[in-house]
Order: sequence, then structure tokens, then C-alpha cells
Amino acid sequence: MLQWAFDTMLGFGLLWLAWRALNSSDLFKAIVLFIAFGLLMALAWVRLNAPDVALAEAAIGAGLTGALLLAALARLGAMTDQNVSGASAYPVPSAQPPAGSHFSRGLLILLLSASVAGMAYAIWSLPSYATGLSMDVAAHLDDSGVGNPVTAVLLNFRGYDTMLEMMVLLLAVLGVWSLGGLQQQPEKPVAAVLETLSRFLTPVFILAAAYLLWVGADAPGGAFQAGSVLGAAGVLLLLSGWRPRVRLMQWPLRLALTAGAGAFILLGLLTLLLEKQFLTYPVAQAGRMILLLESLATVSIAVTLAILFLSVSSGHKEKSGKGEKK
Amino acid sequence: MTAADYVTACLFILGGIFFFAGTAGLLRFPDVYTRLHALTKADNVGLGLIVAGLALQAESWLAAGKLLLIWLLVLFAGACVAHLVARRALRKGTRIWTE
Amino acid sequence: MQTLYFALALFLLLNLCAGMWRVLRGPTTADRMLSAQLFGTTVVAILLLLAQASDSPALRDVALVFALLAAVTAVAFVQRVWPEDKESERDRG
Repeated sequence: MLQWAFDTMLGFGLLWLAWRALNSSDLFKAIVLFIAFGLLMALAWVRLNAPDVALAEAAIGAGLTGALLLAALARLGAMTDQNVSGASAYPVPSAQPPAGSHFSRGLLILLLSASVAGMAYAIWSLPSYATGLSMDVAAHLDDSGVGNPVTAVLLNFRGYDTMLEMMVLLLAVLGVWSLGGLQQQPEKPVAAVLETLSRFLTPVFILAAAYLLWVGADAPGGAFQAGSVLGAAGVLLLLSGWRPRVRLMQWPLRLALTAGAGAFILLGLLTLLLEKQFLTYPVAQAGRMILLLESLATVSIAVTLAILFLSVSSGHKEKSGKGEKK
Repeated sequence: MTAADYVTACLFILGGIFFFAGTAGLLRFPDVYTRLHALTKADNVGLGLIVAGLALQAESWLAAGKLLLIWLLVLFAGACVAHLVARRALRKGTRIWTE
Repeated sequence: MQTLYFALALFLLLNLCAGMWRVLRGPTTADRMLSAQLFGTTVVAILLLLAQASDSPALRDVALVFALLAAVTAVAFVQRVWPEDKESERDRG
């Protein structure tokens, strides 16, 4: 009864939050609602018995999405005169959708109805009961080199999926760079408390990332969770005024960004030569190979996320500087 | 129910009261500073009491240690963030409530 | 004990939902952000309760990650969205 009440509350809360976040006319309010949505979503994953996804949601949602969205908001320059009382005024830049012709609206409605119909059909045609592939995964778990079925699927049985995800992250960085690029900013002194916070928390973040990476072999955890925690450490350092050295921003940065995808490709080619199949590890070495891949992927993910944050929030300072002078 | 269970139940109820007080303060207090005051009570004491109650039920010392670590992290982050927000609000000239 | 865990978790979730009012209401950006901070703590407490109730220690790791990262969003807010005024810059230097 109580569990039922909890789940019902969670479900309605999620729907309501999603609606309010999309519907909000104030961008800042929308971001806070989205952060709250992420929190409840993690709870929902927990209730659905998917702790791996909950962990990823926690790491990415709490550590990066919020910070990235806030930095993007600051950069938007949509900050119309923030008055002294600090009343929030971040209106959506164009609250009204551009008035299109009847034809384009009709087309939009048509496309949307088609996609809704498609989704409805997909849900309708789902078998009422299916075990999926979980039996197969359980049967081959011993050969995978790890004890956690999720890690086994992500890094062994369908390693190429993870490889492509690493490339997606790389593309995201390229996309952000092509929009503005990376500008060097001087280090800036910050409040003493913030400095203490980042100094104390950074080692804990690194430790937690290492823990998540290691525990991923047998329990929820792994490269994405560890990478996001490590990336959040980078974000915290960047927020505390730390800037990477210029020398590090050249080839070491590029190497770190591509390490994960590169390792996948190299190992894939190696296994193609030795085992005649892309990313099929020899059973005896599988555990070690997965750990190697995950470690490099962790570094890449962390650097990618931190660099995304740096790129999004660079260029903000100059703008707000100008604003303050007037 | 054993004695430990009763202690846990008491700690839970106390913790729940602090969370409730934090939320009530967040909703009812008149300005940023007082709301900050209210919600740090939920962070520190509310979570602390619940963690204490759970630690009594934990299956091992290691699990209890992890619970303690989580509480300390929230405590530390909460205190720093409260300070940063209050300081920035004061410097930005957010009005302080007086009657 | 199961009942107790779920009762407290439900109570905390109700608290969280009540707190949403402050996010919608504002009035300042700081108020909205603070509510999110409180939600974070509440979710940590709920996760710890669920970990004990459903006997799955992995959930404690989820709570640990939330506890660790609680500061990042709030710091991003203070440092990026809510920049100091010029007067205060002079103040400090």
C-alpha cells in the first residue's frame, strides 16, 4: 500500500515537473525544475530496479547537466536587467513560436501525429510478457570477464555500442568548438570558502570515481558514472577559478579526448586480427581488457565533460563584464 | 521489534520532523537568509538523524561508515553552499527582512 | 520495519513536492536554487531508506554520488548565473 502510494506520487510528480519545466516562461525556473526532475527520475529508476541507470542519472544529472545548463543560461546573455533585489528575470528569448505559414503548421501537425501513431503502434505490438535477452546474458556472464551483467553487455557483448557512444561525445565537443572555440581566460580569485570546498572535494571526487570504476565489474558503476564524477571534479575546479595550462590545452588535451574512442578502435582492430571478430575478447583476457578500456574511457569522458563546460562558459565573462560597465 | 528498532523509529520520527520543519521554513519564511537557515536544518540535523537511525540497522560497520561519509559530505557541501549563497545575496543587496 | 522505511520515504517525497511551490513562486533566483538544494538532500535520505528497505547496497552508491555532487550545481549557480556587481568587485580587491 505504502509502496503503491510512493510510486503513484513519484509518477505524477515526474509528469507534473516535466510539464512545468517545458511550460515555464522563465528559463531559470525551467532549469531548476529540470534539476528536480532529474532527482525524481533517479528515484524512479531505483523503483524500477535499475540501479545502474539511477547511478548514471545521479552522476550526470547532479554533476553536469545542471552546471552546463546554468552556464549556457549565463552565456545566453538573456539576463535582462537583474534588479537589486535579485528578482529572477530570465524570460525565454522568444516565448512565441515564430508564426509559420498554414502549410508548415499543417506539415508539423501531420508529422507529429504520424510519430505519435507510430509510438502507439510500437507500444501496442509489444508482447505482454518477454524475457528479452537477459537469459542469454546470464548464460554467458562467466565468459565476459565481469560479474555485473550491465557492464558485460556494455563493454563486452555490445562493445561497439559503447565505442559509438564515445564518438558521440567526441562529436559533441567538436560541435561546441565549431560554435565558439576555446578561449583562454585568466585565473580569477574566488571566495575563500569556495577554494576550501574545491580543495577538499576534488580528492574525494577522484577517489569516488576510482571506486565507481572498480566496483563496476561486479555492481552498478562503470566508466560513464566514474567519468561523470571525475568530470564534475573538473567543473568544480573550473568554477573555483582554476584554468588548465596553455601547454596542456594542445596535444595532451586532444589525446585525452580521443583516448577512449581510440582504445576501442585499436583493440577492435587487434581482436579482428587475432580472433577474426571485431571487439571479441579472448575469454582469459576479457576482464583485463574491459578494465583497460573502461579506464581510458573514464579519462576521455571526464575530460570531454569538463571541456564542454569550459567551452560553454567561456566567452561569458567578457559579455557580463561589458554589461557591468554600463 | 528489538530495542534498536525502537531507537531507529524514534530517530526517524525526529528526522522527519526536521525535514518537515525545513520545508515549512522554506515555504513560510520571509527572505532568502531565513529560508537558508531553515533548509540547512533539514540538511544537517534531519539527514543526520535519519542516517543515525539507519546506521543502527546497517548490516556491517562498513555500511554504517558509508552512511556516515554520505552525511558528512552533505553537511560540508551544504554549509559551504549556504555560505556562498548568503554572501553573494548580501553583496548583491538582497533585502534583509525586518518586520 | 519495512513499513517504517516506506512511510518515512513517502513522507519525505510529500515534503519534496510541497517544496516545489517555492520553486514556482520564487521570488529570487536564489530561492529557487535553494529549494533544489533541499530536494537533493531529501532524495539522498529517500535513497538511503530505499537501500535499507529493499536490501540493495548499490543504492547507497547512488546516494553517495548525489551527496558528492550536491555542491557542483549550486556553485555553478553562484559563480555563473549570479555574478557579483561591480561595487562588490571593488570591495574585494
